[in-house]
Amino acid sequence: MTPQTSHLPEPLRDAILGAMDSFGGARPAMLESLRLIQHEEGWVSDDRLAQAAALLGVSAAELENLATFYSMIFRRPVGDTVILLCDGASCWLNGGDAVRDRLMERLGIGFGQTTADGKYTLINCACLGGCDKAPAAALGRDRRLVGPLDAAGVDALLEGRE
Amino acid sequence: MTETPLTGRARADRAPHTLSEWQAAGGYEAVARALKLPPSEVLDRVDQANLNGRGGAGFPAAKKWKFMPEPGKSPGDGPSYLVVNGDEMEPGAFKDRFLLEALPHQLVEGAIITAYATHASVAYVLIRDEYRTAIANVKRAILEAEAAGLLGRDILGSGFSLTMKVKPSAGRYIVGEETALIESLEGKRAVPRKRPPFPAQSGLFGRPTTVNNVETISLVPHILEHGPQWFRALSRTEEGGTKLYAVSGRVHKPGLIEAPMGTTARELIERSGGVSGNGVLRCFQPGGGASGFLEAAELDIPLDFGNCAKAGSMFGTGTMIVLDQTACPIGVLARHQRFYARESCGWCTPCRDGLPWVARILDALEEGTARPGDLEILRMTAREAGPRGRTFCDLMGGAMSPLATALARFGDLFEAHLDGGCPIRRGIL
Ligand SMILES: Cc1cc2nc3c(=O)[nH]c(=O)nc-3n(C[C@H](O)[C@H](O)[C@H](O)COP(=O)(O)O)c2cc1C
Ligand code: SF4
Ligand code: FES
Repeated sequence: MTPQTSHLPEPLRDAILGAMDSFGGARPAMLESLRLIQHEEGWVSDDRLAQAAALLGVSAAELENLATFYSMIFRRPVGDTVILLCDGASCWLNGGDAVRDRLMERLGIGFGQTTADGKYTLINCACLGGCDKAPAAALGRDRRLVGPLDAAGVDALLEGRE
Repeated sequence: MTETPLTGRARADRAPHTLSEWQAAGGYEAVARALKLPPSEVLDRVDQANLNGRGGAGFPAAKKWKFMPEPGKSPGDGPSYLVVNGDEMEPGAFKDRFLLEALPHQLVEGAIITAYATHASVAYVLIRDEYRTAIANVKRAILEAEAAGLLGRDILGSGFSLTMKVKPSAGRYIVGEETALIESLEGKRAVPRKRPPFPAQSGLFGRPTTVNNVETISLVPHILEHGPQWFRALSRTEEGGTKLYAVSGRVHKPGLIEAPMGTTARELIERSGGVSGNGVLRCFQPGGGASGFLEAAELDIPLDFGNCAKAGSMFGTGTMIVLDQTACPIGVLARHQRFYARESCGWCTPCRDGLPWVARILDALEEGTARPGDLEILRMTAREAGPRGRTFCDLMGGAMSPLATALARFGDLFEAHLDGGCPIRRGIL
């Protein structure tokens, strides 16, 4: 995880100012600012949220108002790899429950949790727009779509032998 | 001329074209052609093509565009906007992902032409956060088009200027509802707005705004390139064009199929390798999670907006979910309702409180812990909160249509669930 500093790192600051420029001011750039922080650091800490709010000239509460609404903004630390597992109908019809059970068993966590070693966070999400690869999941920072998965596929994925 | 204009140029590996590759394949000719016509003529051609919006409601594109005021004819200052809706999250839908990832220049072309016809000078493409490749590819296409003078000031010497930007979202299905999307672009929570005023009167930042789906916009260049008559002739029904259908669930080869509007479910399922599971169809949803269930008797209806509505369902996103006889429609419904419950924006009580109630009852039916009175609660909710019901937007009404059709078509199956849980899972039905 990137170390937290007492002020926004320069590149992040520039990126947020760029978003203000591009999206028509501070307010329309608020969500993008949260995304930018998360893209660098994996999640949005209280400090970063306050720093971004100060830069944008809005109150921290206003930024928090968005952070708590948009489900893909993480306000708690997440693991190195975020696994978004689809719990939609097409995935269920193709064995999604077995994939879910295997993932939870191997990782020892439920949805919304992070493994003790900080490696993985598991989140349920639908639909991932990968129903042709059902059961599907999206992995890591680039949200790489993987599927069709089964229990053996989960093992292979976690052991890095895809 | 190709029978699959929308996807015909895509590469098998989904890699997007560079601008020069796209131009070598005839790209941006439609833009050059459109910009030589007056905007009203461009609009007329799309009108004659009978292009219905592909985002779910099937509203005629040109009819929506006609509400956009001519320059200087709207009170106040500021630009008019075009918003391209790439929030695709409907259960069963994966078509816009493909168009965004593999054919970004086609989208840029469509946006230029649509903005021109609707007098917009700024275009936003909102793309859901999980579609990272799509976000990158569309951003790159925009930069290339800008560098070549196809976006920006005075495009191709026409006097028309357009700025185009990608805005990534950050989760929540409700962002896809067009007025919620506008709120989101303004930097607020994505809660739908009251209509009227419609976005064409007062949309993004209070300015005239058109919202169209990715597929709708991607079809526009082809109408300008080949003409409205050709576009209508692509279809087997009154509704113009081809459709990027999707088939998933219990089929052997799930995937996307571009086919004439009005293609039947039978053909689409055949082209998807046929029904999997036990090979016998139980039912299907023709247009995503929010479309009503249809059965074998409806396999031969031409799938378009009008015909699906006539059959008591909805064409929606045109993305089918197929169930064989070993798949339980109540189980599918349970997943859908959990999703809609989770994604409710929370503004109206029937949706915020009703959907979790419905989802819990469906879960209880599956587990065998439901009580007889529960079915009456489901019927009451479907009746009271169905389409054009008592909620602010169509999320709730949409969620109710698969519930209402399931109750009507599979009443015995619901009853059977009262006696110890899902009979299909337990192998007794
Ligand atoms: C809850 C809800 C979610 C929606 N999600 C989407 C979406 O992800 N993409 C989309 O194009 N339209 C979506 N729509 C429909 C839009 O409100 C709007 O009708 C559409 O973007 C207009 O484009 P079209 O006329 O080209 O179809 C949604 C509607 C509702 C009620
Ligand atoms: S119907 Fe549901 S999603 Fe739509 S405005 Fe009401 S609470 Fe929000
Ligand atoms: S239902 Fe899982 S990706 Fe669509």
